[in-house]
Amino acid sequence: MRIVDPHIHMTSRTTDDYERMHAAGVRVVVEPSFWLGQPRTSVGTFCDYFDSILGWEPFRAQQFGIAHFATIGLNPKEANDPRCREVLTELPRYLEKDRVVAVGELGYDSMTREEDEVFAHQLALAVEHGLPALVHTPHRDKLAGTRRTLDVVRESGLAPGRVLVDHLNEVTVGEVAGSGCWMGFSIYPDTKMDPHRMVAVLREYGLERMVVNSAADWGRSDPLLTLRTAEAMLEGGFTEDDVDRVLWRNPVEFYGQSERLDLDGVLEAGEPVAATSGATFEGNSVLRGSRDA
Amino acid sequence: MTWTDDARRSVAADGESVLALFPAAARHARTEGLDGERVRADLLVAIPGPVDEVARLVTLVYQRGDNVEKLAVLRALPDLDHSTGRRPPVGGALVDLLRDALRTNDTRLVGAALGRYGADHLEAPTWRQGVVKALFTGVPLDEVEELSTRSDATLRRMVADLVAERRAAGRDVPDDAWRVVDADAAEATVPGRAS
Ligand SMILES: [Zn+2]
Repeated sequence: MRIVDPHIHMTSRTTDDYERMHAAGVRVVVEPSFWLGQPRTSVGTFCDYFDSILGWEPFRAQQFGIAHFATIGLNPKEANDPRCREVLTELPRYLEKDRVVAVGELGYDSMTREEDEVFAHQLALAVEHGLPALVHTPHRDKLAGTRRTLDVVRESGLAPGRVLVDHLNEVTVGEVAGSGCWMGFSIYPDTKMDPHRMVAVLREYGLERMVVNSAADWGRSDPLLTLRTAEAMLEGGFTEDDVDRVLWRNPVEFYGQSERLDLDGVLEAGEPVAATSGATFEGNSVLRGSRDA
Repeated sequence: MTWTDDARRSVAADGESVLALFPAAARHARTEGLDGERVRADLLVAIPGPVDEVARLVTLVYQRGDNVEKLAVLRALPDLDHSTGRRPPVGGALVDLLRDALRTNDTRLVGAALGRYGADHLEAPTWRQGVVKALFTGVPLDEVEELSTRSDATLRRMVADLVAERRAAGRDVPDDAWRVVDADAAEATVPGRAS
């Protein structure tokens, strides 16, 4: 089994997590910049944080055989803080980095006018820098927030196929399914989605443009819930190829649109793919294929 | 004209443009079948002007760089220490970048800081600490330029102490330690020192 975790905050995780993730088949992670729990008070601390997820964290991940990429952006919560807005002027230089595979995570928190402006501005940056965008749906007032998110995406000029709308659930997935945007699901130990509800969603909406992540961070979360979802899919009658599509090929295709998702050397030729089934992966030609596409 | 040719020309005409071009240079180089790090070095070497100006721009590129960009800067320092028709050698003006790299725990940066430019410009206490850190973190001492000519009694004492500490803990001694201290001398001196 080979797994991409397309949304996980590794700076909040330990080396034990890296070891367990590698053992579970995780070979690629994408770390979106986000809110740190503690509010930031200046642009400098933002830059140090961006530098950390583009500098030390990829090096740390590499020690455990995992390729680490990032998405860079100003999160909506801090978009409301005038001390942080200036970070928008620093973003362009970060959006040129080799390991930045999307702008994000963006979206709404309280749906203020400031959030509208910062969201639209960053979608324009995505167009300008040739990057896809990772957009989350708000925790509160989720359905209205999802609709408003899709409206802003529609007006942005960024093709819906270059937008991943994340943290979806049974209530919001239908809105996104018809939009052409990618659909992301964060599998949590208690709230949001669990592996079995996820399997039901996949049964109802199909596998196209579907990705699954652990969104593990400093809150209660579990970086192995990607693997648990894969196992639940197999138990639920999905094939190994279906699992590979949702847990590997889909996220590779989405972030591959950046043309910066360099996966050379990430999988060894002949490395076992499915720990649960004994199937093997045919070298990394699929990676090359999807990268060249 | 290719992207990389264009970028080299832009930097030669206006050094400031290196700030925008350097981060994306490696992936553009790869699409042209060129080595990304080589093209990054070319951009730095192309910066025109007096030492202060070159040092200011190279320092900004380093400070704003991710670790792979920082590595490319460190490896380009020996090239910058040669004159071109458009600027003099930078001399010791960029030695602060080495001090920064040696403070990190990224073994690639630590190794690169101990290359040719470090051998030529790092003061002895910093250089010795760098060599011991390299041993500590598993950077091969092959990456350290002028290891035998710059080694002195103080470095040998520091490495012998590292050997003693590793042995006391029952841990393996890095093979490269014997490139600084000779094994017989360490056998003879270490037990006495431990008293
Ligand atoms: Zn997140």
